[in-house]
Parts: sequence; C-alpha cells; structure tokens
Amino acid sequence: MRQLFKDYEVRQYVVQVVFSVTFAFSCTMFELIIFEILGVLNSSSRYFHWKLNLCVILLLLVFMVPFYIGYFVVSNIRLLHRKRLFFACLVWLTFMYFFWKLGDPFPILSPKHGILSIEQLISRVGVIGVTLMALLSGFGAVNCPYTYMSYFLRNVTDADILALERRLLQTMDMIISKKKRIAMAHRTMFQRGEVHNKPTGFWGMIKSVTTSAPGSENLSLIQQEVDALEELSRQLFLETADLHATKERIEYSRTFQGKYFNFLGYFFSIYCVWKIFMATINIVFDRVGKTDPVTRGIEITVNYLGIQFDPFASLATPSKYCHGGRVPADSGFLHYTALIHPWSSSLLGTEEDSNPGQKAACLHVKFWSQHISFILVGIIIVTSIRGLLITLTKFFYAISSSKSSNVIVLLLAQIMGMYFVSSVLLIRMSMPLEYRTIITEVLGELQFNFYHRWFDVIFLVSALSSILFLYLAHKQAPEKHMAL
Amino acid sequence: MAALDRVKVLVLGDSGVGKSSLVHLLCQNQVLGNPSWTVGCSVDVRIHDYKEGTPEEKTYYTELWDVGGSVGSASSMKSTRAVFYNSVNGIILVHDLTNKKSSQNLYRWSLEALNRDVVPTGVLVTNGDYDREQFADNQIPLLVIGTKLDQIPEAKRNEVLTRTAFLAEDFNAEEINLDCTNPRYLAAGSSNAVKLSRFFDKVIEKRYFLRDGNQIPGFSDRKRFGGGALKNLHYD
Repeated sequence: MRQLFKDYEVRQYVVQVVFSVTFAFSCTMFELIIFEILGVLNSSSRYFHWKLNLCVILLLLVFMVPFYIGYFVVSNIRLLHRKRLFFACLVWLTFMYFFWKLGDPFPILSPKHGILSIEQLISRVGVIGVTLMALLSGFGAVNCPYTYMSYFLRNVTDADILALERRLLQTMDMIISKKKRIAMAHRTMFQRGEVHNKPTGFWGMIKSVTTSAPGSENLSLIQQEVDALEELSRQLFLETADLHATKERIEYSRTFQGKYFNFLGYFFSIYCVWKIFMATINIVFDRVGKTDPVTRGIEITVNYLGIQFDPFASLATPSKYCHGGRVPADSGFLHYTALIHPWSSSLLGTEEDSNPGQKAACLHVKFWSQHISFILVGIIIVTSIRGLLITLTKFFYAISSSKSSNVIVLLLAQIMGMYFVSSVLLIRMSMPLEYRTIITEVLGELQFNFYHRWFDVIFLVSALSSILFLYLAHKQAPEKHMAL
Repeated sequence: MAALDRVKVLVLGDSGVGKSSLVHLLCQNQVLGNPSWTVGCSVDVRIHDYKEGTPEEKTYYTELWDVGGSVGSASSMKSTRAVFYNSVNGIILVHDLTNKKSSQNLYRWSLEALNRDVVPTGVLVTNGDYDREQFADNQIPLLVIGTKLDQIPEAKRNEVLTRTAFLAEDFNAEEINLDCTNPRYLAAGSSNAVKLSRFFDKVIEKRYFLRDGNQIPGFSDRKRFGGGALKNLHYD
C-alpha cells in the first residue's frame, strides 16, 4: 500500500481496507488451488472454503467496490456534493443494470439457475476479467520482446541530444521574449490608466468590435504566437526525454544484465509468435483442448523420444492421459510454457529402453504430472500476480493525483479482483483432469470452452493491434528525429 | 523594452501542488481558471521594481520557470529537466500544505536543482541525503511557499504552520503560506507581498550587485554585470 501511495496520501481508511481485503481474498483463491493439487485439508472443507471465498469475492466485486467508486466519484464533483449518498446509489444501480445486460450477448445464461446465483455473477465477472486478461496478455506479448530486445533501439548520439536541447532552450527564449513584450505592454497600459479587460456581455462585445485599441490587437497576436511556441516547447521536451531514455537503454544493453535480457527477448519473441499462431489456429479450426500442457508435454516426450520414466510399478490402473489428446488451447499466462519443455526434459531419466513399454510409462505420467503441474501452477500464479501489480503500480504513478486517488485505488481493486477470478477460470485449463473437478463443482455449470474461445479472440485482436500500434510509433519516431 | 535586465527564478515542487497557479497569480495578478498538467517547463515573466520607492529603483524582468514533474521520476526525465537548471538566480520551492509528502520532497527538489548548478566552491553532495551544510553555504536565495491554505481546517492550522516554519528554517529561507485561488493573499502591502518583493530584491542583488569574493552563478551575462556594480558603488 505504501508503494502505491508514495506521493499522495489516501486518507480514507475504508479505501485501504477494501483494497487489502480484495487482494487477500484473491490470493486465498490461489492458495486453494495449490491446496487442491497438494491434497492438503479435507476435500469437503476445501469445497466449503471455495464456496465461502467465492461468495465474499463476488460480494466485494459486484456490490461493495462499485458502490464506493460511485460514492467517491460523486463526491469529487462539486455540484452533487450535498446529496452524495443518493447519487452514489443511483450510480450503483446504473452499474448493476449494465452489468446484467452484459450477459445477454454471450451464451452463458443457463435457465436452470436463479437470478442472483453465484453462476450468473461469476459468468459476468468472468467475461469482463477474461477480456481484461486477454488485452493485457496480448499487449504484453508484443511489448515484452520490443522492450527487451536491443535490435529495436535507435542509435542516439550525444550530439543529437545536445542539438535537441539547444532547440528547446531557444524556443524557451523566444517564449520569454514574447512574454516580456506582453508584460511590458500590460504594464504601460495599466500605468496609463486603461484597464484591459476582456469584453463581457453582449454590449461589451459590440463595443469591442467597433472600437478596439491597436495595442490589444497586437497583444492577442503575440499571445497566439506564444501559445504555439509553448506547444512546440512541450513537444521538444517530450522528444528530449525520449532520447534520454533511449540513450540510457542503449547503455544498459551493453551491461551483462542488459545482454541477458536481450537474449531473453529473443526467446520470448519466438514464444509470443508461437502463441499468436496457436491462437489463430484454435480460432480457425475451432479446437478446444482437453488435456493440459503438462501431461501433453510429458506425453510428447514419452511417445516421440521413447524415453522411459523411472519405474514405479505400484500403480496398476491405466490412466486416461495416454490417449493422444488434441492440441490444447493455451491459456493465459505468458511465461510458464517457456519453462515447461526444459523442465520436463530435465526431469526425465536418460536411459533408453529398447522396449519403450508405453503402458508402464503411462502410469508414471500421473505421478510426475502432479508435481510438475503443482510447480507450474505456482509459477504461473506468482508471475502473473507480480506482473499485474507492477503494471498497476506504473499505471498508478502515471495518473495519480491527490483528488482522485481514492477512486483509482478502488478501480484497481476492482480490476485486480476480476483479473484473479477469471484467472481461476482459465487456470483450469492448465491443470490435469482430476484437479479440475473441484473448480467445475464450485463454479457450477459455466461453459468453460466459451471462455477459452473468447480469450483467444481477444488475445489475437489485442496482440495484432499492439503490433500495429508499436510499428507506427516506431516508424514515426525516427522520422521526427531526422527532421531536426 | 527588452533591454531591461533579467533574472531567472525556478519554481519547483511536486505535481499538483499549485506551481502553475502560483506563477500565473504572480505574473498576471489573476487567478488561473483551468489548471492542467504542466508538461516540460512553462515560463512566465514578472516585471519587478527593484528597491521600489527609493531613488535607485530599477525594473527587472523576473523569469519564473515552472518545471513540471516529480522527484521520483525516471533518470531520463531528470536529465531532461536538468537542461532548465542552467544559470539559476533564485529558487522558489512550492509544497502543498495538505500533503506532508510534498514538503518532504522539497529537500530532494532543492538538491536536484543545486547539484545541476555547479557551484565553484565544489561542494561535495551525497546523493539524496539531506545535509544542512550545503544549504548554509548556498548562494542562491530560496523561498518556500505553501499552497492550499484554505483547505486546512482552522483547528489544524497551527501545527501545520509550525511544521512549515521548521521547513523554511532548514532551507534558511523565508516562507509564505497562501491560497493560489485567492489574490487577497498577495495584495499590495500585506506581509506576504513584502516577503515576496524582498525575495526578488535579494535575487537581483545577488545576481547583479554582489561582488565581494562570493561566487556568482550565471557567468554568461558578465558584460551587463559591470554596469550594475559601478552603480552600486556610487550609492552605497
């Protein structure tokens, strides 16, 4: 909390409490998933905790946080200050109405359940959250290699920066000299007794049309020039800041850390291209995965590489994971799949058997998949929480002000809550079948396939549009640079 | 008209404390109607009568450079801002009376501005640590202004004002507390107006009239310097 509010104090205790509670319950959800995999706690008590957690989170996300947002927004507007509570309720009702309407165009309304049931609420929250996640992932997938890789860095020399700074100072000097003229003209007019006031009212305007002092016309002309110059100075300032930042990035890329990140950037860019490709395929061929990546990865290595696991002969039941599943749709999280292949290959033994013994290998997939999926899910959770918080912090620094900090905190709490709920939805895809049951139980009869499809669509759209956006921004900058 | 001498004064402070409103009030004698974020630097000019009412009265242009940004911003922003800190003759530090953090950030602001201004005595500055000795040796006059005075309830006013008095003492500077949306605070003859014109007088003095061995920032306008100093010798 302190990190987010370094420059502006949020004095309202309520806001802090609401934010912390949202965060705490979101994290509890993830803990429950981990417990699920590990098998900690009794199964029925887990179920109970899931239900409880979901109820509280939904209560917060749908009822409390929007109400407080409405309340604070309304109290910022001076006109409605008196009847805050009334207008806040009004805003909240509007929000609920739109929230309900959100469910109509999507195939998620099942007539079996009542109006205010958990399924209905979760489905809507899920839609919003999934959209948000897909947008962030798409943008992150493209932005990440762009920022890490030094291939994209334009070459900036000190001379460029100096030239730009000199231009900036020259512009400032021109602004100053014009303002001096305006100030001196004001002063002489003031001393001569003419009060220079803008024409107010209808009659004043008529008078000013007929009799206008030549000095004031001159002044308004100069004022316009000053405005134009100020705009120019702002642009030059931003360009200079940009050049400084690029120069620092170049310097940073020469250090070891920079080189490491550069390498990661190449790696990630390949991964991101692959993800976009997968998303396209999934949409085009209308496929939704049945098995999770962990078991699939292990299957691949078992089937194609013919490498056997360590013999554990205790398990006699054939598991269903051996049947070649269809290609799974990759869900949400960006970093984890990059790790899966090195992981699985390092966990395998290296002895080759002439008789692969597929059946024996199948049994041990189950054992390993549990551990691997646990670790992977943990990594997913940690990196996505971290990524989200970092993004939110940066965003918050950019737009914070003392007036609206309450509203921003609550908005962040809302976004975070929705993000976490929908990530629970999507994480179901990455877990082996037996662990999915509890989520399916708790969340009721949601159509999970729809969410994956929707995620893919939005992810693709967001990735493509951010590619376009970055391409344009990249092309524009060196043109500006060369126009100096 | 443009032949009047000039001094350059920086106006520094956190985002949103009211620097632009303050500068507008000082220069145009009007309240700023629609304050918005300052990107980069905005300059305004105030015509100041040095030693008003005395035979040595002379008018100067006081340029108020209102630099936007925050102390915690990226180093690229800081190095971009540093281009404005050249040859500064005075610094006005602005903080928000309702926001304690902005007063604490003033130390970092002053260090940022003073580090850039290379004082020839070669004072070694540690990064970000506040050291009172630096300010004791400082040649550039400082003024501390606290804004949004009207938003402090009467009950808490005393403790806020004592806190800011300590702050001003640390900087070895005068302090003014006002509300930028009310020109009454700087009405002619009020104590605030007197402090303000005293500050500007001090800035002009240090820039043009002081010669006895002290380092003068701003070596670029040396040619005008000789005339001012000779004038001083006559009347002193």
